[in-house]
Amino acid sequence: MYDKKVIIPGIVIFLWLFLLPFWYNMGKATPPPEPKTDTPVIKQLTEKKCIEDTLFMKTSHMQLLNDWRDSVVRERNRVHTASNGKQYEMSLQKECMNCHSNKSEFCDKCHDYVAVKPYCWDCHLEPKEKK
Amino acid sequence: MENSRRKFLKIAGISVLGLGVKPVVDVVASEEPQKYAPNAEALRGKRWAMVVDTRKCKNDCTDCITACHTIHNVPDIKNPKHEVKWIWAEKYGHVFPGQEHEYLDHSVENRPFMVLCNHCDDPACVRVCPTKATFKREDGIVLMDMHRCIGCRFCMAACPFGARSFNWMDPRPFVKDENAKFPTRMKGVVEKCNFCAERLAEGLMPACVEACKDKALIFGDLEDPSSEVRKILSSNYTIRRKPELGTNPMVYYIV
Repeated sequence: MYDKKVIIPGIVIFLWLFLLPFWYNMGKATPPPEPKTDTPVIKQLTEKKCIEDTLFMKTSHMQLLNDWRDSVVRERNRVHTASNGKQYEMSLQKECMNCHSNKSEFCDKCHDYVAVKPYCWDCHLEPKEKK
Repeated sequence: MENSRRKFLKIAGISVLGLGVKPVVDVVASEEPQKYAPNAEALRGKRWAMVVDTRKCKNDCTDCITACHTIHNVPDIKNPKHEVKWIWAEKYGHVFPGQEHEYLDHSVENRPFMVLCNHCDDPACVRVCPTKATFKREDGIVLMDMHRCIGCRFCMAACPFGARSFNWMDPRPFVKDENAKFPTRMKGVVEKCNFCAERLAEGLMPACVEACKDKALIFGDLEDPSSEVRKILSSNYTIRRKPELGTNPMVYYIV
């Protein structure tokens, strides 16, 4: 092989750089977040259930919120009828955050873990949390 | 006999084919129950409009401005280059340029003229918006979808009434008492009066109309002949701002 002196150290350095993050983070797995739902409003609920079941909310809350915002702004709809027939106001600030008044413990925990930065809070006001 | 048998087989064959189409028809024709609906108390109008009775408007009164700006979290920025406003007072000559002259009635000259978005019938801002963030609703309200505004300010250039403001900086620090029921805006978006679309949806009149003690602001449906705006328009001489531009503004002034 020509240029053995350059290629082999080059491969070694490349592998070292490439594997560095994996090696650095080995055994340091961050525990999965557990969003807290122990707000005063939720504690008073007899049936502790969001507008749909937990699995749907976990996987599809972003689509739901996206549908809500288009429907509210463009189609003038304000009332969401859930699959169990209950009605909810289609509003992040007025409905969602009314129960989930702990944004830092509820929203941020997972969003930070999966490194997504939703821009909801650039405009929408988050509930004031007591520290 | 043979002929009729042949016919029978033809019809039977077509019928079987028809059955095969049924699942497709079911998919297309099936109706899902409506998940989203408007509020039952919502005010419904076909063409919302406002009349400003400037004869009743008092100097030094800021009730409508305060009500609007508090409810909608409009930042109070003093620097006129950065200020954000939804409704504000102007002088006669600025509202109706070309109409002023030096012998003008002093009461008219010194009177405040409340100006806001005209919710034009043929809005220039909607035509130029590249993202369709600004659009005209069926009931005539020219509304903004803040989620889509990219802050290009074409609409500000297009609007002949200067009804739009740009957020040159983060407005949050300039909002004193945040209304938790309404969002703020962010740096880099345009904003303007929304004819209180969020209040109409709850069955309430616009905030400025409700706040005006002198009943100088009147809001209603132009397509309803018995509405208050129609009664006032038919019994008073009213003018509009820059009608010659053809945007067909929906804010009428009694001078």
